[in-house]
Amino acid sequence: MSVKIVLPTALARHTDGQKAFDSDAKDLPSLIAEFDTKFPALSQNVKDENGKLRRFINVYVNDEDIRFLGGDAHQFEDGDEVMLIPSIAGGIL
Amino acid sequence: MASTVYELRCNECGKSFGNRPLSACDECLAPLEVQYDLESVRGRFTRETVAAGPMNIWRYKELLPIPEGFLPDLPVGFTPLLKAKNLGKKIGADHLYVKNDAVCFPTLSFKDRVVSVALANAQAFGFKTVGCSSTGNLANSVAAQSARLGLRACILVPSDLEAAKILNTLVYGARLVRIDGNYDHVNRLCTLIADEYNWGFVNVNLRPYYAEGSKTIGYEIAEQLGWKLPDNVVVPMAGGSMIRKIRKAFRELVALGLVEHKDVRFFGAQATGCSPISHSVKQGWDYIEPQRPNTIARSLAIGNPADGPLASKMIQETGGWAEDVSDVEIVSGIQELAETEGVFTETAGGVTTAVTARLYSQGRISRDQVTVSIISGNGLKTLDALEGQYPAERAVKPKLAAFDEYIREVDASLVEELVLAGGVQ
Repeated sequence: MSVKIVLPTALARHTDGQKAFDSDAKDLPSLIAEFDTKFPALSQNVKDENGKLRRFINVYVNDEDIRFLGGDAHQFEDGDEVMLIPSIAGGIL
Repeated sequence: MASTVYELRCNECGKSFGNRPLSACDECLAPLEVQYDLESVRGRFTRETVAAGPMNIWRYKELLPIPEGFLPDLPVGFTPLLKAKNLGKKIGADHLYVKNDAVCFPTLSFKDRVVSVALANAQAFGFKTVGCSSTGNLANSVAAQSARLGLRACILVPSDLEAAKILNTLVYGARLVRIDGNYDHVNRLCTLIADEYNWGFVNVNLRPYYAEGSKTIGYEIAEQLGWKLPDNVVVPMAGGSMIRKIRKAFRELVALGLVEHKDVRFFGAQATGCSPISHSVKQGWDYIEPQRPNTIARSLAIGNPADGPLASKMIQETGGWAEDVSDVEIVSGIQELAETEGVFTETAGGVTTAVTARLYSQGRISRDQVTVSIISGNGLKTLDALEGQYPAERAVKPKLAAFDEYIREVDASLVEELVLAGGVQ
């Protein structure tokens, strides 16, 4: 199973410029765990002091806010597009 | 003349960014806000210097993020603050005021304030094309003001937007793109576009500057009350930005000595069909749960408000409250404000009016306090909300007898007045 992860430009500097990549994460917690090993800088950037995703980041699964789908409990499906966006996004550094 | 020193700073971690088209912190992804060195303004921003300025928002330009060399063009803002005696009598308020942005120049909503500040910065940053995600009023204002400034505009709106707001955007020659989704879908798409295109999105990458324009409502209220702060302000909430900026304005005026300190309470107004912020306040949360909007108040229909958590927290800090009202109450609110004060507002103003009435009836606002209710947009833009409220009456023959018969049939009380005036026997 594979899902496509999409990041905004502001976060791509932590992934060697990659704004999209494939992942085999099955849900949001496992995706964050994957960041820990694959992109430690990204992981540090998007997590708060409790290891949860910062509250200023919204996560969308195929255009739907993950909070409408059950949040952490939501299971990704093969081919899903998972997008991370700051709640007020925009701008090029 | 010296200019005001300001720059973007992160609300959460305090990191500074200078001035650039950017809205989120690269460290913690929190929203950026314009911070001023108020000492650089002291002595140059006084009641006297304000009074000597033009009768529009540019009289406050020392406290706006305006680039060096910017020459104010449009006379935006300085809308009437009306004492609402008749509405007050009806709802039990002795000192109720209506801040009437239904007549803001040039496009009849408070959005003219924020757009004028955003576009001043768009020009300074060298953008040739500007855009926005909009529930309508913002679209109108970006389209009109960019036409005047010679900027190109590309505007994205939810496909179900009121016809009047679409027409009021197209007439200025803007490119309008209807998106098959709600505002939150449109807004998310705009953040992706802003990431790829070199466009100045007023409420995305220019957002910190844009949002500062809302402060001018606060400055005007204080000045129009004779340089005094009110006890309470009732504010419509969509993204949750305006309510915070009004408090910022009041605080700046206190810091610079233009008004005396007062603990102003802030009250938020939403439609029940889209009430993530009022729900958060009622629950005592410092976060919001997003909602799927379903209300006639489309200009407030933001289910995932970017400044919602901060707005909720702020309202609670000030000892205020938030309420939400049904679509039926929104229509009644529009009618009540028109019938009592002669102000025709759009659905958002119906929300604010109905919520204001409820706050008095709940005893959350007492009748002797000075309270300002913010009317943010014009009723001519949401005529469809009143559809069916005023069915056409039959046409009357142009004869006095026919008229006399008709008027006695529909409203005999009017005839008594005519008799007293000596007009009809």
